[in-house]
Formats: sequence, structure tokens, C-alpha cells
Amino acid sequence: MIEVTDISKSFGETQILFDIDAKFTEGQVNLIIGASGQGKSVLTKCIVGLHEVDEGGAVLYDGRDFSAMNRSERIEIRKEIGMLFQGSALFDSLTVEENVAFPLKMFTDMSDAEMRERANFCLNRVDIIDKNSLLPAECSGGMQKRIAIARAIAMNPKYLFCDEPNSGLDPKTSILIDNLIKEITYEYNITTVVITHDMNSVMEIGDHVIFINEGRKWWQGNNEEIIRTDNKQVVEFVYASSFMKNLREKLING
Amino acid sequence: MNLFEHIGRYFGMLKSVFSRPEKGKVFRKMFFSEVDSIVINSIPLVAFLSVFMGGVISLQTAANMGSPLLPEYTIGYITRSSTILEFSPTIISLILAGKIGSNIASEVGTMRVTEQIDALEIMGVNSIGYLMFPKILATTLFLPFVVIISMTLCLVGGWIAGVQSGLYSTETYLIGIKAFWYEDQFYLYYALCKTMIFGFLITSIPGYFGYYTKGGSLEVGRSSTSAVVASSVAILVANYILTQLILV
Repeated sequence: MIEVTDISKSFGETQILFDIDAKFTEGQVNLIIGASGQGKSVLTKCIVGLHEVDEGGAVLYDGRDFSAMNRSERIEIRKEIGMLFQGSALFDSLTVEENVAFPLKMFTDMSDAEMRERANFCLNRVDIIDKNSLLPAECSGGMQKRIAIARAIAMNPKYLFCDEPNSGLDPKTSILIDNLIKEITYEYNITTVVITHDMNSVMEIGDHVIFINEGRKWWQGNNEEIIRTDNKQVVEFVYASSFMKNLREKLING
Repeated sequence: MNLFEHIGRYFGMLKSVFSRPEKGKVFRKMFFSEVDSIVINSIPLVAFLSVFMGGVISLQTAANMGSPLLPEYTIGYITRSSTILEFSPTIISLILAGKIGSNIASEVGTMRVTEQIDALEIMGVNSIGYLMFPKILATTLFLPFVVIISMTLCLVGGWIAGVQSGLYSTETYLIGIKAFWYEDQFYLYYALCKTMIFGFLITSIPGYFGYYTKGGSLEVGRSSTSAVVASSVAILVANYILTQLILV
């Protein structure tokens, strides 16, 4: 479980996050939703330590206070983290297989054959077959996301972060990626945190949803509760289009 | 950011560069890969430039030798001295600051804006050390060899240019090349020492600019330009300081 308490974050004079408390439970897909520029990515970067939280805030990974740790202590936690970036962040100069095997190469004593076997297992898990020698630039956006998921799970992470995993993907591929994230979370009992503003994802995989607005936690619940909530900001965000508004009414009225 | 903040952050970065690599095997592989991509790949350009540079030095020296009191071998002697002291170590380093510097700054800068550096950090890799240390070490250790090749080819260029123009004979040129070598061989050590410093500068400064790039492709381009300008200025300043310290 990941627990964040009183997280605030400022860049110079500008405060982005205000006293956010949240719990992300293991074996669940935890969603952070909100409009663009509301602080979702900053919150995630604070949780994984790419940004330092302001004084008073804490990030606990299974009770271990990550924000109070030094660099070498953090490295041990980071070996338990997998992350899928918005743009996939695959290493351009490495092949698909080398990308997936990269964390294994850096942090394990596996032989080359064992690394290859593990990389192939992870690639097969995300349905990437016979593409090992391709470079990331030779793969489609959806494939790149799946390869990035394979890399993220290569070290058997306890925590998985996904930053807008569906951005730039068609609806069919988006659902594929969502299902993959959900399956992996349940299969390996991972604490998964997904940042998204894709409502399909919210409905599809949102076991636990946190709504961030103006840098504050505005609402939390699950994908069932979000349909019936009367929280004004959540309703305005989730049901922005008239189509969605009609759909909500039909769902509420049975 | 002002100049002093850049300098402070640069030295802060160097502290991370020289921390122990996560995996020796990976580091060795990357080191030899960088030797190949940075040093070996620069040799054709260096060779081409050096031959022509040597030719121009000897022709200009010959053209300015009006006095009959000066022996003809002085042309070879001046070509050798100016090549070893300045042209090969400094000019080649300046040219490589453009070639290698822009390459490193844009490579690392692109990794930054496409979140590849964040991905390294999330995995627990010391991204600064992983990306920079092999490059810096490869260039610092092997640039002197490139400069030795450059010096040799400069002298060959000077010989070809002078002899084919009929300005001096091969024998006279060779006498000049060998003249006072016992007294002057310290110049070679001085040149190689400063080349190592230049090698360090032309990889660490562009690495710094690339690593701290913020934004998108426009900023990567700006970082690349800043890296080339800053490393060229640093080479010239270091050249002056080293000359003052070692030669004077």
C-alpha cells in the first residue's frame, strides 16, 4: 500500500498541490483523475520522488517513509517500482528486448540467457511476439505502451505507476492497455496508480478513484460511485459532454 | 539562471558523475561503445582537417620567411612547434567541441524531454553517472591519441604542401621537424595534458546542458547551441590558464 499524507508542492511562488492525503491499496487499480494542469502528474512525480514534497508531507511505501530517505535508501524502493510514462520513455538506442531486459541487466545477476528468457516472458505477457530486435521508433504507439508495460513488470514490481497510459491511442488499443493494467494488477497483487483523464478507463478499471482539482483532493470513490456522485466539480469534469450527461441520467434513472 | 548558478550546478553534477557505477560490466560495455562513437568516429574528420591545417601552416610560414638570414629548415621547425603547441590540441578540440558537444547535448537533452532520464531515475539508476561517466572517461583518456594522429598528419600535410609547391625539399623539412627536439619534447607532454583537460570539458559541459534541458525540441536545440558555445569558451579559457601554469 502507498499512503501519502499532507502532500503540498510549490515551484517557487506557485503552489501546485495543497495538503493531499490519499491511500492506494494493493491489488487494486487506483486512479488519479482531473483536468489538465490540476496537479495529477506533479502528485505522481512527488510520490515516486522525481519531485521533492514540501516540508510536512510524507510518502509511505508499506509504512516506509520514502520522502525522508536518502538517495541510496530510495534506490532500494525504486527497484520495487515500475512506471509507464505518457510517452512510453523507451530507450531509443536499445532494441525492444534490450529495453525490457534493461532493469534486469542493471540490478540482477542473471545470465544473458536468463535475462532473455525473462524479457521474452514479459513481452509475451503483453502480446508482443517476434518483435525483439525492433527499435522503439519502428513500433506503433500502442506497441510502445505495451513494451513499456513489459519493462515496468520485468523486475516483478510491488508498485506500478502509469502516467496517462491511453494518451494518443485509439479507443480499441486504449481498452487493451486498460485491461492489461488491470490483469497485471490482479495477477501480481500490485499497488497500481494510474493517472488519466480518459473516462473509459475510469469506468473500466477504476477500483479506487481520486479526483484532483486545483491541486486539492476534491473527491474519492470508485467507478460505481462516480456515476451517482452529485459533487459538482466531478460531474462537470466526468460528464462534460451532452452525450455523457444523457448517459448519466439514464444510468441513474435505471 | 546566472553564470555562477550554472557553475555551481555543473560542479554538483560532477559529484554524481563520479559516483560508483551500478554495474561494472554495463559500464565497461558503455565505455568502449563511447570510445567507438565519440573518439574513433572522429578520426576521419580530424585526419582530413589535420592534413590541410598542416599544409596551410607550412605554406604561410614559408610565405612569411623573407629574411635570407633564417635557415630554410625553420619552416619545418615552426610547423612542428605550432602544430604541437596549439593547432592540434586546441583547434582540433574546438572542432570536436562542435561535433561531439552538439551530439551529446542533443542526445541527452532528447532523453530528458522524452522522459527517458526520468525512467532511469525511477528504476533506481544514477542517470547522471550512467549517461555521462563513460562519455567523459572515454574522451578524456582517448582524445590525446586522436591529437597525436592529428599532429602526425599535420606534419605530413606540411611536407606535402611545401614539397609539391617547390618551397623546400623533403630533407630540409625533415631537418626542421627534428630540430631542437630534445629541448622541445616537453611541449608534447604539455599538449597531451591540456588535451585531456579539453576532452573532459567537451563532454562534461554539453552533458550538463543536455541533462538540464527543460521543454521540447526547441529547448533541445538551444541546449545544443549553448553547449557548443560554453565548451568552446571553456577550452579557450582553460588553454590560457594551462599555458600560464605549465609553460610560463
